[in-house]
Parts: sequence; C-alpha cells; structure tokens
Amino acid sequence: MSQDSVIEAEGLTKNYGPATAVDHISFTVGRGEIFGLLGPNGAGKTTTILMMLGLTDISEGQVRVLGFDPVREPLSVKRRVGYMPDTVGFYDNLTAADNLRYTARLIGFRFAEREKRIADALGRVGLADVADKRVATFSRGMRQRLGLAEILMKGAQIAILDEPTSGLDPHATVELLDIIRAFKTEGVSVLLSSHLLERVQSVCDRVALFSAGKIALMGTVPELGRAVLGGGYVVDIEADGTGLAERLALIPGVSGVEKTGIGKLRLHSDRDVRPEAAAEVVAMHGRLKFLGVQEPSLEAIYARYFEAKPEEPVNEGARDAA
Amino acid sequence: MQREGSAFSGLGVVMLKELSDHLTSVRMRVLEWLVVLVALAALYGAIQQIKDTTAEDPFLFLRLFTTSRDPLPSFVAFLSFLVPLMAIGLGFDAVNGEHSRRTLSRILSQPIYRDALLFGKFLAGLMTLSISLITLWLLVVGIGLLMIGIPPGAEEIARSFVFLLVTIVYAGVWLALALLFSILFRSAATAALVTLGLWLLLTFIWPVLAGAAAQIIVPPDPRYMALGLQTPGTAELEQILARLSPSTLFAEVVVALLDPTTRALGPIYLSQLQGAVLGSPLPLVESILIAWPQIVGMVASAIMLFVIGYVVFQRQEVRA
Repeated sequence: MSQDSVIEAEGLTKNYGPATAVDHISFTVGRGEIFGLLGPNGAGKTTTILMMLGLTDISEGQVRVLGFDPVREPLSVKRRVGYMPDTVGFYDNLTAADNLRYTARLIGFRFAEREKRIADALGRVGLADVADKRVATFSRGMRQRLGLAEILMKGAQIAILDEPTSGLDPHATVELLDIIRAFKTEGVSVLLSSHLLERVQSVCDRVALFSAGKIALMGTVPELGRAVLGGGYVVDIEADGTGLAERLALIPGVSGVEKTGIGKLRLHSDRDVRPEAAAEVVAMHGRLKFLGVQEPSLEAIYARYFEAKPEEPVNEGARDAA
Repeated sequence: MQREGSAFSGLGVVMLKELSDHLTSVRMRVLEWLVVLVALAALYGAIQQIKDTTAEDPFLFLRLFTTSRDPLPSFVAFLSFLVPLMAIGLGFDAVNGEHSRRTLSRILSQPIYRDALLFGKFLAGLMTLSISLITLWLLVVGIGLLMIGIPPGAEEIARSFVFLLVTIVYAGVWLALALLFSILFRSAATAALVTLGLWLLLTFIWPVLAGAAAQIIVPPDPRYMALGLQTPGTAELEQILARLSPSTLFAEVVVALLDPTTRALGPIYLSQLQGAVLGSPLPLVESILIAWPQIVGMVASAIMLFVIGYVVFQRQEVRA
C-alpha cells in the first residue's frame, strides 16, 4: 500500500444472488483528497461504501481502508472512519448534544474529552445554539450538519458521505459543501457519493462515474472532459480587430475557430491557449473585452458518455440493492 | 476467521441508553400504570376473599397471589396475562425502529459489533421488566402486610421470591419473541400485530387446540370414557402439546411454587399416591424440583428465540 493512499479497492464485487450490484471495481483515494462516487441511483455506490465499512459482506476482491481489512478488522476501520448515511437519522426524542454523546460513548471517549469534542463539533457546523434542542425540531439541513458534526467529533481520518446534499435547498447545500471543503484543509480524506453532478463537481478532486455496478470513468473533471468530450479546451474571446480569427487559428494547438457572434470567437484547442490568444489580440492593437475558458461540466461529460455508449438495462436486483 | 476485539464493546452504553429510553417513554408509563392498577384491584379482591373465608392457613400470605374473587381473576392470572403484553410493548419495535428512524447504519458504523446492539436492547428490556416486576412484588408484599396483618414466614417469602424470578424469566421469553419479530419484519406495526397474534394463539387458543389435537391423534379409549375418566395416552399427549406454549409452562410453575401441596404437574396414577400424605405441604426445594423442567424449558426457549433473532440480524442488510 502506498504511503499516501487511504482507501485501496481491488476488484471489489458484491452479488445479491444472481444479480451483481458491484462488479469488480478498483480505485484508490489519496490522503486529503475529496473523491466523488457519482452515478444514478442503483449504480452500486452505497453498496461499495457499506463494503468499505464492513457493514455488508464482500463477495469477491478486497479493500483496504487505512491499511485495515474491513472484513477482519471492522472495529479498527470504524474507529477511524466517519460515515454519514443517505438521509441520516437521529433519535428524535434526544437533543442534538445527547445524540452525539451516545455516539461518543460508543466510540469510548471519556467524559471531559467527550464534552469538549461535542461542543467543538457543534460549533463548527453552526449548531451550537441548538445543541440542547430535541432533534425532532430539526430541519433536514440541520440533521445533515449534525451528521457532519458527528464525524468531526469522532476525529475521523476519512469521512464517507452518502448523498450528503440530496434533498437540501441551495443555501443549505452551499453551507454543507463549505464544511466538506473544511475537512480537506485538515487533511481528512472525503469520499462522497452523489447523483447530483453539478453540485459535486465544485468540491471533488477526482471522481469515479458509476454505471450499473462498474466504474465507467475515473479521474479529475478536466481529464474526464478531455477523454469524453474530446476537444479538450474551449476558449471564448470577445475582441475587435480584422483578421483576428485567421491569426488566432495559427496559434499552435488550436484546432478550430468558430464565430459565435459579432466580435465573439470560440477557439477549440488541446490546451489552455488564453495567454497566446491575449498576446495576439494585443499585437493587433485590438481591444480585448472578454477572455474565458470553459470548464468541462460533469453534466456534459456524463450525458455525452452515456449517449455514446447506451446504458445497459440495469437488472432489477441491482436496482433494489441500491 | 477471528474477529478483532470484543463482541460486547459498547454493550453497556447501548443498554443504558435503551434503559433510559424505556424508563422515560410514554409507552412504558402507560403499561406500568395499567399493571399497577390491575394488580391493586386483584389484590384487593384477594384480601377481601381471604378475610371472608380463611381462618387458619399455614400459607396465608401466598394466598394473596392466587386467590381470586369474582368478577376479578387472581393476581397471578393477571400477571400471566399482562407480563407478555409489557414485554411485547417494549420489544416489538426494537430493531425495525432503528431501521425506520434511519439510525441503524449510523450506529453500526461506530466501533461496535451488531452483537452489542442486539444484546444491549434485550438486556435493557429485561431490566426494565425486572424493575417493574420487583416494584410490583414489593408493593404486593407491603400491602399484604398492612391489610392482613400477619407477617409472612421465611418459606412464604422465599416461595414468592422464586415466583418473582420465574416471572422475570417468563417476561424474557416474550421479550425475545418480540425482539425476533422486530428483526424479521421491517414494519413495527406488522411486528406488533404478529407478536400479539402469536401471544393470543399460544395463551388462549393453544390449550384448547392441544386438547382437540390430542383426541384426534390418540382417540380416547371407550372403556375409560365409560368410567368418566381421561384416557392416559390422550391426557399425556394433550399435556405435551400444551407445554409447547410458554403460558402453560408458567402456569404450571406458578401452581407448584405458590401452592406447596402440589405434588406433581400432570396426570398422577394411583400407584404413585401410595404412602403420600395428601394435602401436606412440600418443602420449597421439592416444589422447585417439581417445576424444574418447566423453568428450564422457559429459559431455553428465551435463549433459543434470542439466538434465532441474533443469527437473522447478523445476516441482515443494514440499509433501509
């Protein structure tokens, strides 16, 4: 196991009878990395997560979490990994702090440490004011934040978040993603699963696209963009000057120039050609009004990928399993 | 393959949390008041009856438990009826409640095994029932002292204490059954209905069915019938079948413990009565020996039901 990877999965497989929910997937997650498992419902994301935590049996293959085998050493794994399930639930009759106290006791923290950790964690997710309110009164966003507080309190080295943003309004989503980014700055690795692509794109370092139990694509978002969308970079320019289009076309790496409006051009290139394009405009004494590069969107990648390779019919077993 | 660590780490934490949930829940308060009020009513009836009739009885104190006065059944009859209800009330949503609150996977992702969660829940339920039953027992002893005015002897206290322990075991059987169904059924309502249905079947319908089934399998001998006697084979089979129900076992133990003159549970042949002084009480140890198979049977069925639930729970998927 290499020094800076915290999760290593190798040929991980889960069968439910004849149906295969997760089909020989392999991936690694590095220390301090935010790794996204993306894909439609029923693609095997949650099953993968449960296998990593030792909460469901592994049919084939193996996974190492922080060097531990979740099948043989589940307690060591679960002591170091924080997990927030899809639509996390708490005991409604207890207060937020009491819910965390129960978890802290299960982990085995002593009283003084427990109270300090709970206060810190609730403060960091912005729930300090409602620490002594019963969870029954909490909104969905607050429950999700309480789930993150639990992981913070645990002092986990890996945070596994299953659909952390589903069902949240945009404001709550932004707050939640901010907390997730804060994990990264502390060196906590984050593995999150989602079917909401655009929201996840902004936080993930690398993503794996799931489809029917397999990892269809894996890498950083720009890498996937180049692999799937082909053209690589798209640079938009708004400037005036005659013959600009012709001169821009001569920049090495530019494969095409397209007029998108009056004084507006779009360059297709295999690298980021913004510096050269700006230099050309200035050299022609043109006035540069706008220069921007389009980031490939996960949504486009996803749509294009499954357009090009029609989705295999997902069998019922795998769908139920998710 | 050896698992790391102890299966019981976190057991105490789970148990204390569940216990505090039980003791503060509205459900438990309702059940407790129900039991206390019913017990008081039965006790009052028994005391009136005792005052009216009995003048000399070496085991007057034990009569508190077993005497009934119309229209109320005796205290023991009430207990055998209400204890299963309490146990089912505490256990029917133990595991499926965690599923429906979506807390199960979060709790199991903490460094504990499923063993601790299930066993902690069972122990917490059993402790809650024990607390209630001990309180009730003390209440009965206290009121009995006040109302009858004759202090109970050591033998009577010992007998009623063993009766208390047996009642806790009996509660454990129903708690294990409720826990099993809370694992098998994802919906708490289904689990509650099935458990209550089974309780009704085993307690009220099974004794009748056992008689009918025994008569079909071993038809009564007309020679015995002509004499107005039960055919031995039929009676024995009926008893074997009836003893499949924990309610029957409990009733038999209660008879042996609280009525010291009980010499056997089941059919007695005349030859066995030779030399017996009828109506003379047996010592406590002898009474316990008579009921020992029944007591062991109840303990065994509680353990068996728990183990079945445990195995199912270990193999169950945690996701909702």
